[in-house]
Amino acid sequence: MTQFKTHISRRSFFKSTVIVGGGMLLGFNWLSSCMREEDAARALVLPDEWFDINAFLKIGNNGVVTIMAPNPEIGQNVKTSLPMIVAEELDVDWNQVIVEQAPLNTDAFTRQVAGGSQSVRQSWEGLRKAGATARHMLVAAAAARWGVDPADCSTSKGVITGEDGRQLRYEEVATEAAGMEVPEEVELKDPSEFKIVGTGHGNVDIEKIITGQPLYGIDTQKEGMQFAVVLRPPAFGQKLVSFDDSEARKVNGVTDVIRFGDKIAVLAKSTWPAIKGKKALRAQWAVDTPLESTAQHDKAMVDLLDKRSEEPMRKDGDVKKAFAEADQVLERVYEAPYLPHNPMEPMNFYADVREDGVELTGPTQTPAGARREVAELLGRNESEITLMMTRQGGGFGRRLYNDPAQEAAEISSLAKSPVQLVFTREDDMTAGTYRPATKYKVRASIKDGQITGYHLTEAAMSSHLYGSIAHFFPAGIIPNFLFEAHAVESNITTGAWRAPHTNFHAFVDQSFFDELAEALKADPVLLRLDLLEKVKELQDDRIQYSPERLQGVIRLVAEKGNWGKAPEGVYQGFSAYYCHNTHVAELAEVVLNDGKPVLKKIYCAIDCGIVVNPLAARNQAEGGIIDGIGHAMYGDLTFSDGQPSYNNFDTYRLIRMSEAPEVEVHFVENDIAPTGLGEPPFPPAAPAFANAVYKATGKRLYKFPFVKELEG
Amino acid sequence: MAQYTLNINGEQRTVDVDPDTPLLWVLRDDLKLVGTKYGCGVAQCGVCTVHVNGVAMRSCTFPVSGVGVAEVTTIEGLSKNGDHPVQKAWKQHDVPQCGYCQAGQIMTAAAFLKDNPNPSEKEIAAAMNGVICRCATYTQIKAAVKAAAKL
Repeated sequence: MTQFKTHISRRSFFKSTVIVGGGMLLGFNWLSSCMREEDAARALVLPDEWFDINAFLKIGNNGVVTIMAPNPEIGQNVKTSLPMIVAEELDVDWNQVIVEQAPLNTDAFTRQVAGGSQSVRQSWEGLRKAGATARHMLVAAAAARWGVDPADCSTSKGVITGEDGRQLRYEEVATEAAGMEVPEEVELKDPSEFKIVGTGHGNVDIEKIITGQPLYGIDTQKEGMQFAVVLRPPAFGQKLVSFDDSEARKVNGVTDVIRFGDKIAVLAKSTWPAIKGKKALRAQWAVDTPLESTAQHDKAMVDLLDKRSEEPMRKDGDVKKAFAEADQVLERVYEAPYLPHNPMEPMNFYADVREDGVELTGPTQTPAGARREVAELLGRNESEITLMMTRQGGGFGRRLYNDPAQEAAEISSLAKSPVQLVFTREDDMTAGTYRPATKYKVRASIKDGQITGYHLTEAAMSSHLYGSIAHFFPAGIIPNFLFEAHAVESNITTGAWRAPHTNFHAFVDQSFFDELAEALKADPVLLRLDLLEKVKELQDDRIQYSPERLQGVIRLVAEKGNWGKAPEGVYQGFSAYYCHNTHVAELAEVVLNDGKPVLKKIYCAIDCGIVVNPLAARNQAEGGIIDGIGHAMYGDLTFSDGQPSYNNFDTYRLIRMSEAPEVEVHFVENDIAPTGLGEPPFPPAAPAFANAVYKATGKRLYKFPFVKELEG
Repeated sequence: MAQYTLNINGEQRTVDVDPDTPLLWVLRDDLKLVGTKYGCGVAQCGVCTVHVNGVAMRSCTFPVSGVGVAEVTTIEGLSKNGDHPVQKAWKQHDVPQCGYCQAGQIMTAAAFLKDNPNPSEKEIAAAMNGVICRCATYTQIKAAVKAAAKL
């Protein structure tokens, strides 16, 4: 065991940074918030009494332990995986653990966010300390009762054993433990001692999911609640002039029609009359800001691809000189459309705005943001607002934006009634915060068999690259390097979409690399490995990835997928990409069916450090890869006069089972602190596939969605 | 408004709704059986799938006036203890990610396996193609359907 500073002191723990010991002193009472969770999850006998140990856990008098899941669950499995980390250091039997979703509580928890594949990475240390601190206090309580040194006691599965073999169960010393001094340092387990972390444990909500119990935001039904469906401007740039609600009010079950801003809410006793009422509204719209179209966006982006930025994201050497002196210059343009997020659970939120307080319940990836924005909107204090997170039917970035919570709060405030706001699928797809349409121009110069220059320019709608992407491979090892990004201003809302920017940049970068390798007559895998050797010699703090770990996943997937040894009729494509702190390499196998390329399988190797929950990790990788292929193949949204081209799944195509490739996932085994998996497996899928398509057909793909080029 | 007495999960349930109300919203809002999910409202995504006389049906476009005396089974009524072979296989394979579409997937799989207890992989993909999973859990859905066929 190693000693780790807890950073918890008597003076500071009321405003704790990561964890809070001594929950009893804080007067926490989470019994009230989550009783429903306790009813079902597993066939555990519930205790008569709970002992609160700290903000993350409480111990029942029969040995059952409740561990709070602090972060929003959008399908990335954090409701299971994060409590597993606490349970590991607490040293309890996972079968005796009940998991509860924590409400928004910024005093107790530091980062209640689902985004950027950061939940496990940023919570890892804090959650371990939360469990270890509790364990330490329980051991100290037992040792005090026995009058022995805590160092002579050991724990296993919720039992403390003294040197002489005496035993006490956690629940037997829980009351004394809660009064123990919060340690300033705690011992954390060596990864070799892990019993829960690293073992596959099923989703804690599985019983509820497979039996259809209420679990999601859209399932919220409370006393006195009305359902609300909203009519919004049909095009970006329009505003509401006037409306006639006489037909809407005649619909059975419609209770009220309320205008707020440029939107009209129809309230009803249930969802269907609200939907019918909305359809019966007659509204007049006027142009407020210009109505934009894809053709015009395309032109604006193409123009920017040749514009030089005054503040490039990275600039090494002199690319102009490198291109002038080159033996060969490669130049390619890549294009991707807008994408809606399309979580299967449409946007929704429950709000009850009362004089004595505001209650919010629903799906959000950023609950603290939801509370802050609603407080600002209503002119209330954040302390008057409670927010309970539900399980979420997907997020993919859409629920980082809290327009649903704001709309629900505004409608509830105007209607003076609790309201459940529901977006129809059409609302969800047309009032989006889309993945920005994006174009890239990439150029590279080759001189004497070496890559001497690399110049990438991005043009994207209302957004551009950020973070460390400019320093991803192959930055640093090419002497003349320029990385620029531009945004085209637009009134169409854009935002983060699963693996923001990297979801397309990976395709651009890794497809182009395949062409570079071909121009150099090099094997693309060996070329990557060689260049990564050179990265190891660099002194460049901007480079975040590890060349060793990237080489590791490249070698692993090349071995598992038999790179270069494909049987007759099977064509291989390769990609390797680091993003969101995780290293991934993928190998695609394509066959020809009546002359058309068909993706059969993707092999994937991942280095995310310690794999907290192998079952969930496998799921994230399989799903992320198929999602990556699906959106590269089919995802498409264009605009005409401010209106999106599609509004439902009859015209908007998502990948289905018969189109999904087989996926085989391998993880690098090591003891490095874990990183996330919600996003990293997604970006490398499309380029691996496209590079295999080239091998099979001789045709390079430059534009999403591929289906237009492949199925013609 | 009109009164309808429906046979839902073996129980007679009476509701007072407009005849064009889709069965989906009757189940969710009037009968509080929220396991059946809303996804698209146009019978394209399959997450609202229920059994009507044992046949998988999209409840989002099925008006309550057309239900009559038919036996409707929802995810809540698929088995008493959540132990239908498909449910068991779903648990074994830890299929769900967000989980939202899974009731539709399970109901589709259960109806399919009743008619075709020993399906090929191609038949599974064809049968399950109607239900979209945005998390793309298709690998494990396929494995679980295969496993359920053997349970």
